[in-house]
Amino acid sequence: MSGATLSAGELWLLIIVLSGAAYGLKVLGFVVVGGRTMPPVLNRCLALIPASLLAALVAKDTFTTAQELVLDARAVGLVVAIVAVWRKAPFIVVVVAAMAATALVRALA
Amino acid sequence: MSPTDAERKRVVSASLTLGSAVGITALSFGLAAVSSGASVWQACALSFLTFTGASQFSAMSVVGAGGSLWTAFGGATLLAVRNFVYGVALAGRVSHGADGRRLPLFRRLVAAQFVIDETTAMTTAESEPRLARTAFWVTALSLFVTWNLGTLIGALAGSVLDTYALGFDAAFPAAFAAMLPAHLRTRRGRMAAMTGAVVCVALTPFVPVGVAILVAVVGVLFGVRS
Repeated sequence: MSGATLSAGELWLLIIVLSGAAYGLKVLGFVVVGGRTMPPVLNRCLALIPASLLAALVAKDTFTTAQELVLDARAVGLVVAIVAVWRKAPFIVVVVAAMAATALVRALA
Repeated sequence: MSPTDAERKRVVSASLTLGSAVGITALSFGLAAVSSGASVWQACALSFLTFTGASQFSAMSVVGAGGSLWTAFGGATLLAVRNFVYGVALAGRVSHGADGRRLPLFRRLVAAQFVIDETTAMTTAESEPRLARTAFWVTALSLFVTWNLGTLIGALAGSVLDTYALGFDAAFPAAFAAMLPAHLRTRRGRMAAMTGAVVCVALTPFVPVGVAILVAVVGVLFGVRS
């Protein structure tokens, strides 16, 4: 990672607005809308958001640095992570294996 | 018929086990957050107040890459939208007490903070109403404790170690990859994921950092039409 460009104050602001939005969404569903049924199309769209975003985040965190496309040690980490996920390894094994592989490639380079 | 002690014990122990597993995830969040420039207190505040893992990882991932406050906010908030859906699903199961009366507003507002992936999975797995409520509250409280404790320990460790040399930034894509399979079971999910990843990589050189993540959500439209 190229290092954060936000100041400590901006980061605190982010934490506050994000926490507010996340809590607002929880309350909206749990307290305001309650057990009502929603239109199926809306449900389908909402259910697909994590698939798109998580895949995009995997791609971004592996193959980009700021605005540049790069291929570096993190790609090795991702390959190791995918193998671990595929073998149904526990979360911590996936993460530690990916970090170790990335660190190893960096140490050798 | 009321649930037996054995049934209740099964639910409680499953919920506590999940709680400890999630504590380990929190360790990696603490490490990753600090490697992206958060202080120990900021990592802890995110876990305490935001309390929804994927959004926290997403926000710190965009910040670490040099994205703006609002792009970090946008991507993380989109990921938090699923908590709205969970809330709708859980309301009928959790917002009433054992006597069948609706919980006071204050209790429901407290419960709302705990409406996340894990509590939804554990609660909806129990069809008996009392067991469902037990599953919700035990999962919620054990997760809240381990998630915050894990974040603190991870962030403290991350703040004294060389995060780049140890590859802590690789915790981000690995964590997201580990969260993905649940969303790839359907053809729609796979289409949405593939489109999201391709759009993000293709746009990255041309838009400010973090914006590609926001636009990647169009993957949803490709998924829903497939």
